[in-house]
Amino acid sequence: MDALTLLPRIFDGVTGLALLLLAFWALASPRLFTGIVMFVAFGLMMSIAWVRLDAPDIALAEVAIGAGLTGALLLAALARLSAAQPAQESTSQSVKRKQTLRLFRWVPALLLAMVAAGLAYAVQSLPPDSPGLSADVAANIARSGVSNPVTAVLLNFRGYDTLLEILVLLLALISVWTLGGLSSRRTVSAGPVLDVLTRVLTPVLLLLSAYLLWAGARSPGGAFQAAAVLAAAGVLLLLAGWRPHPRLTGLPLRLVLVAGPVLFLAFSLTTIATGRNLMEYPPPQAGVLIFFLEAAATLSIGVTLVALFLAERPPDKEGQ
Amino acid sequence: MTPSEFVAAVLLIIGAAFFLAGTVGLVRFPDVYTRLHALTKSDNVGLGFVITGLAVQSGSWFVVGKLLLIWVLVLAAGASVAHLIADGAARRGVSMWTR
Repeated sequence: MDALTLLPRIFDGVTGLALLLLAFWALASPRLFTGIVMFVAFGLMMSIAWVRLDAPDIALAEVAIGAGLTGALLLAALARLSAAQPAQESTSQSVKRKQTLRLFRWVPALLLAMVAAGLAYAVQSLPPDSPGLSADVAANIARSGVSNPVTAVLLNFRGYDTLLEILVLLLALISVWTLGGLSSRRTVSAGPVLDVLTRVLTPVLLLLSAYLLWAGARSPGGAFQAAAVLAAAGVLLLLAGWRPHPRLTGLPLRLVLVAGPVLFLAFSLTTIATGRNLMEYPPPQAGVLIFFLEAAATLSIGVTLVALFLAERPPDKEGQ
Repeated sequence: MTPSEFVAAVLLIIGAAFFLAGTVGLVRFPDVYTRLHALTKSDNVGLGFVITGLAVQSGSWFVVGKLLLIWVLVLAAGASVAHLIADGAARRGVSMWTR
């Protein structure tokens, strides 16, 4: 084997090894901050692995959502944890708690072993050299309304998966708002550097988000990637000290949050009512319908992610 | 190997050398400020060489434009974030290394 065929294998080997080590450090670091940094590094390496596997759509989603936004959410959560007062515990209570913890340590170990065994069985029982469903997707792509097979699967062939994912995100935000209470620390003045950077980057990010949404029909991109970039702009604005005007956080914010889910649900109900299957597009209008559903989903997912970062529930009405 | 390929390879190798130097600095330097210095300075120059190398190789003005855009965005983000980290460390009272 000559050097040029060996090199990609070495690269993949190093990537795989780094992934395992980063995953271990992310879980095993005693300091939460180190764990989060390792998790973000893991996301970046993972996206390189997806690129090597010829899956640029997943690589984009992984780096934008997995590494970027989840990392920002985790860091925000950590800042809140450090700001909150730790609950006072008497020594005997804490000793008892530690004993109980030690007693039940084998429970997660057992569960993990069962999951590992199940996964091993599933991988073992897979047929060797299965082409999967890619042939079926390729055969029907002309009727899907888009030419990017990933978008065709996500929005058309298995559109109900995407519908449920969007609803899950909305549920997550509702849960966070229900917990509420912890007000975010007032940011000290962001300083001129972050301020200028935000002013320069926000229009670029908005343009990129729109491009990813538009390009998703033909090439890697789509609603989730576009939403992640949109949310990145929002998080940057929040970090720079910008807060939405109270007039916008009442009804308008909630309308934007539910726009995507409502449009998806309305479309699903329409398809059933007109005697088609759930989310079965009429082929001639499929492209246009997918674009509008994706646009609404992008807006809703992006704003939901920003609201998750802000975490505190904005008041229902102005002046409350 | 055509002359332009040779130039591209040389530029890419110089870029990689700068990245390596920056990483060594990140690992070996004593405090957060000197580490930031090593990382951002060498990464910016290293990325400049890599981008130039790729631009020479690409043979399309459209790709050259996209590469330059990437370089400008990384320069802006890298320099700003380095400032933010150093500023945050200074505010938290992380003292500077002295011999």
